[in-house]
Amino acid sequence: MNGPLLKVENLTKHYALGSGIFKKSIPVIRAVEGVSFCVEAGETLCIVGESGCGKSTVARLLMRLVEPTGGRVLIDGTDIAGLKKAALHAWRRRMQMVFQDPYSSLNPRLTAGQIITEPVENFERLSRKQRQAFAAELLRKVGMSPEMMHRLPSELSGGQRQRLGIARALSLNPSLIIADEAVSALDVSVQAQILNLLLDLQQQMGIAFVFISHDLGVVEHIGHRVAVMYLGRIVELAPCEALFAKPIHPYTEALIAAAPVPDPTRARLEAPVEGEVPSPINPPSGCAFHPRCPLAVERCRIDVPPLVPMADGRVVACHVRAPATDIPAQPAAAANPP
Amino acid sequence: MQMHQTARNDLLLDVRNLETHFFGEDSVTRALGGISFQVKKGETLGVVGESGCGKSVTALSILRLLPKVSARTVGGEVRFHGRDLLDLSDREMRKIRGDQIAMIFQEPMTSLNPVYTVGRQIAEAVQIHTKASRSAAMKKAEEMLRLVRIADPERRVNNYPHEMSGGMRQRAMIAMALACSPELLIADEPTTALDVTIQAQILRLIVDLKERTGTAVMFITHDLGVVAETCQRVIVMYAGRIVEQANVIDLFARPAHPYTQGLMRSVPDRRRGRQRRLPEIPGIVPSLREPIVGCSFAPRCPFAIDICREKRPPFLDVGSSHAAACWRAEEVMGA
Repeated sequence: MNGPLLKVENLTKHYALGSGIFKKSIPVIRAVEGVSFCVEAGETLCIVGESGCGKSTVARLLMRLVEPTGGRVLIDGTDIAGLKKAALHAWRRRMQMVFQDPYSSLNPRLTAGQIITEPVENFERLSRKQRQAFAAELLRKVGMSPEMMHRLPSELSGGQRQRLGIARALSLNPSLIIADEAVSALDVSVQAQILNLLLDLQQQMGIAFVFISHDLGVVEHIGHRVAVMYLGRIVELAPCEALFAKPIHPYTEALIAAAPVPDPTRARLEAPVEGEVPSPINPPSGCAFHPRCPLAVERCRIDVPPLVPMADGRVVACHVRAPATDIPAQPAAAANPP
Repeated sequence: MQMHQTARNDLLLDVRNLETHFFGEDSVTRALGGISFQVKKGETLGVVGESGCGKSVTALSILRLLPKVSARTVGGEVRFHGRDLLDLSDREMRKIRGDQIAMIFQEPMTSLNPVYTVGRQIAEAVQIHTKASRSAAMKKAEEMLRLVRIADPERRVNNYPHEMSGGMRQRAMIAMALACSPELLIADEPTTALDVTIQAQILRLIVDLKERTGTAVMFITHDLGVVAETCQRVIVMYAGRIVEQANVIDLFARPAHPYTQGLMRSVPDRRRGRQRRLPEIPGIVPSLREPIVGCSFAPRCPFAIDICREKRPPFLDVGSSHAAACWRAEEVMGA
């Protein structure tokens, strides 16, 4: 197959606040603003950022759980935004989602076996025997004993529930799994088990992941490439190792510096970045990070910096660290693996 | 007793054999199985462990804030300045809470009253514990908000909690907790609900304020990174007991309990390489409804031998101010 598995072009989502019959202008939340990236088969692209940066909205847009305001989401070259219901239904087989909270994303009245075979039964009828065999196989894939298929979610631990969520996503044999904070609610020892499972599945089945997380340690561990979002936009997209070794965007730098490191001998870093993430209803002009940025210059207050490709294959949106040259900047999709 | 105190006059809180049970319809959960530890004046003690290990129950037991219907501290002592808090009347206890011992919680929205302004709530705490007038207390509230580096404190005292961001609410909670200059601040996962850059700001604030005011801090967290950045001494809890206690440098350099070791290794760390399988702790935590024979970690422990399954290990020194409850601590430290 040619081209990337998933290609996102200029994806935008604005939410209108209220109906505004009597108001002249309706306030709009710019949740996602012109986001572009690609995901290759078998690759893990991580999206990091803090609350309100739009990372979860991107996940929902990819799954078309919400309708985009603009832009395209192409899977194997087909734009899923234009698909009608029936065609979209078929495409959903290619992409599945794993949610953060394994407590609220599993139907409490269904058994584990019913939960994980349900997606397939949307597409084909299974006999009782087939269903049981299939459930057993899926449970084994995620490291659970087949006897568990008769349990209800309330009879399982948090880690087992998350395994179930992953088994459900696997049931349709997808090429891409979107994991939205899939390990964030878990204890570290359980988190390690689930991360190992994801790594194993990728190796065995070649599944690509869009892994959305606020935990930089986890992202550094499992990501191939990382997109850093701030207030609805990607500010830096880079190969994982390069990003952590040498962050270029001041926000990426601040984010990495702020993450606590489990090493008490490490020297304490200087003062953390000041201020808080501004409201997406009324984002700052120019570069949205400028009010908190130690490097901000006049231009940052005026122009939105474009994503500029750098020598090591990353793209960065910063007037100071990555000034645009005369060469016309390529779109963000330039940051592909070689 | 007197001798004991003068010899250890840096001792602030001395918890001995604290045992707390939760009572269900037909079961008893032994949430705390007899824990002992101390907090010295002005130090930051970290309490780490995973969900259900008893770290929050420890805090609530010390402050006697457990739900009376379903939970009871059934044994042990909580000596604060030599007095056992468990013997105090409710009235005496209320005087200590918020005045000498203050607490901040994970979710500031649920611990602030939504119908009063933040300033009024801080002022109320001040008025209860000192004889300050209303206006003096409000002045103090403003001063506290400035201390926790809330911009525009003159205006912010009149804010309701919903008018503040999550980070600002946590700052306001810290302001309230410190308003009466407590000797001990118990912080239960104070930054868990916050974004990383805000977490870094709040951690920094707690460390700075601790240094300025000399308040001792008991820092409850599940995050080993937070422990490494803020604490001087650490206790590690598992299944309602303390399994290891050490100063922070020793704990990370040479963990002596297999659970501590497993916990540290299961955290992703670039120094051990990316994209690799992480060492797992197999299995799950034991139910605290059944009495546990032997070491509670034995079923998950790669070091377990027969004695571990038969006899509970005593808490033994493995170094200077480093102790662990493990029969094989020496082997663990060498591994």
